[in-house]
Amino acid sequence: MLSDFIPFFIQLGIAIGLSFTLLKAAALIGPKRANVIKQGTYESGMDPIGSAHQRYSVKFYLVAMIFIVFDVEIVFLYPWAVSFREFIAAGVGPGVLGVIFLFVIILAIGLVYDIKKGGLEFD
Amino acid sequence: MEITLNWYLTLSALLFTMGVLGFLFRRNVIIMLMSIELMLNSVNLTLVALSQSMGDSAGQVLVFFVMSVAAAEAAVGLALIIAIFRNKLTVDITKINLFKY
Amino acid sequence: MWGDMAATLSLVIVSLAGLALVVFDAFNNRHVATPWIAGLALLAGFIFEIVGLGGPEGTAYSDMLRTGGSAAFVNALVLGSGVLTVILSVPYLKKIGHNIGEVYALILFATVGMLVLGAANNLIAVFVGLETMSICLYILTGFVRSESGSAESALKYFLLGAFSTGFFLYGIALLYGATGTMDFSAMKAGVEDGGGVMFWGGVSLLLVGFLFKVSAAPFHMWTPDAYQGAPTPIAGFMATASKTAAFGALIIILYKALPTERWTDVLAVFAVITMVVGNIIALSQQNVKRMLAYSSIAHAGYVLVGLSSGLVEGYSGALFYLMVYVIMNIGAFGVVALLEWDGKEGSEQTLDSLAGVGYRKPLLGWAMVVFMFSLSGFPPLAGFLGKWAVFAPAVDAGLVWLAIIGVLASAVSAYYYLRVLVVMFMKTETEASSKLADSFTIPRSSAAVIVLCVILLFVFGLTTSVIELTDGFFQSGSVATVLGP
Repeated sequence: MLSDFIPFFIQLGIAIGLSFTLLKAAALIGPKRANVIKQGTYESGMDPIGSAHQRYSVKFYLVAMIFIVFDVEIVFLYPWAVSFREFIAAGVGPGVLGVIFLFVIILAIGLVYDIKKGGLEFD
Repeated sequence: MEITLNWYLTLSALLFTMGVLGFLFRRNVIIMLMSIELMLNSVNLTLVALSQSMGDSAGQVLVFFVMSVAAAEAAVGLALIIAIFRNKLTVDITKINLFKY
Repeated sequence: MWGDMAATLSLVIVSLAGLALVVFDAFNNRHVATPWIAGLALLAGFIFEIVGLGGPEGTAYSDMLRTGGSAAFVNALVLGSGVLTVILSVPYLKKIGHNIGEVYALILFATVGMLVLGAANNLIAVFVGLETMSICLYILTGFVRSESGSAESALKYFLLGAFSTGFFLYGIALLYGATGTMDFSAMKAGVEDGGGVMFWGGVSLLLVGFLFKVSAAPFHMWTPDAYQGAPTPIAGFMATASKTAAFGALIIILYKALPTERWTDVLAVFAVITMVVGNIIALSQQNVKRMLAYSSIAHAGYVLVGLSSGLVEGYSGALFYLMVYVIMNIGAFGVVALLEWDGKEGSEQTLDSLAGVGYRKPLLGWAMVVFMFSLSGFPPLAGFLGKWAVFAPAVDAGLVWLAIIGVLASAVSAYYYLRVLVVMFMKTETEASSKLADSFTIPRSSAAVIVLCVILLFVFGLTTSVIELTDGFFQSGSVATVLGP
């Protein structure tokens, strides 16, 4: 099965090899005459002002962290949704629905806490 | 060539070792956190592969828990790192050394 | 499902109270009722477990959790420790100005994790319980964010804890691959003659994970830092409840899931390293909290002595020892919590600052006498009976050398425990210690907890009925297997 991919791997090898060879060749053969203008950030553009390192609000991290948690919790809903028909067929539909409601309520409590503590306020 | 169970186990063992080495040898706390995530995810790979080959669903159930635990750990870890960074303005583990023997 | 909930009522009560507290706290932060809700929920769970203590063993949630028997015993210890921690925390957190509601919600959630861990009957439940507990404890260690010691200890605890979780999880995965199941009872049947590389690799990784969580040497490095930086009552909670729950799960895994012959020697080696390292390093500590942390490492070693015997008496002795250990350490951390002055959660306080405090605060002084004597294992206190309960099975199993090392280690430990008392009673008061003694009055709630611990240490030191109770957990016919060397 893997032998079907041999032409693909050959092509991949050539592509990677060629790009490295060309880059290396350019670095070796090409003349290197550095001067102030050439070394500037924008060679024939404006001189840059100030540092490119800017600080931004830590609130973004907070939102990202909240996102991670809630995003992953959704993973639990998928297997439940896929097998729900089988649960109905087995006659335990209402109970299983109740369980997932409990799960969502627990998540909702987390969200209520989060909103109340200002975790989702952008400023 | 057949992709057998051993391939998955070898791959995940390699990934796990990379995670362990990354945790032990890197000095940046965020990279250490990423190494831990790598370890957890390599175990996920093991679990899914074993679960698939044995036709038993328990391993895949554990994978869901591992994923949510990894997310919770990442959130707590990042929060702690931010708390440290505000105090010390560094995330270098060798500079976080208030307590000694 | 309702039947399962009724069987694990303590778990349901504590989780619901935790959720309710999160909502309540979001709308009324620092409300005076918050600790009451937490304490009462834990107390209700404790009473439920005590009532069910002698009852029949069973399982709940499709064999995920065990009920009754040793699970009820471990849960009762965890919940009792939780109640006392909440009571001790209120005045302490007020003192350091961080009496926020989230702390109590987190204590409840950590307790939920411990209940699942202590009652687990399946590796999935072990993992979920362990992580619920650990993540809450990471936050509890570091919630005084402004204090750099607190944040730093939490980060160290978190990094090493998450690292060990990786090993633990890989162990679970390998065990699952080798036996085809995650259920403890089915696991032993799944082992093909003697296991194999995968099985024993899984067992060793799992043991590494557990030894880390119970802070056995050489996986103990996080313990002193975490305890020193954490708020003192929380450090007491970590030292007692989390260790009890982890040991509870470890005992059941050893008892039910693994064949005995091979790991006893391995555990014996770890027990020796743990006792020696914990006791020797504790000798040189100047900070009381750090000393107690190393002492808790040493005590993990004593429990491991009981486990490494591989006898049912060893397991039941270990459970009894855990109970005694919970009482001693909650009390000792409670006293230390009151005797803090540096405003940095005691993380920079040295032993000398306690000079002569024993006479100024006689209640704390004499309570400390009892705790320290019990920790070092003097009769007639419960610490002595506990040590006897873990060392005697080791002798029965032929590990006489191990018991001798254990006794020698406790003799060494007497030096650093008694040094605390020497400083408190025989050194002349310094300016700092007199200022410390004047700076507070003992809150009545804390005094009640400390007195209760003292009384319990005397009571359990004189009766063996608890050991008979814990013996009973391992006599039931359901898991009759050939144990011993």
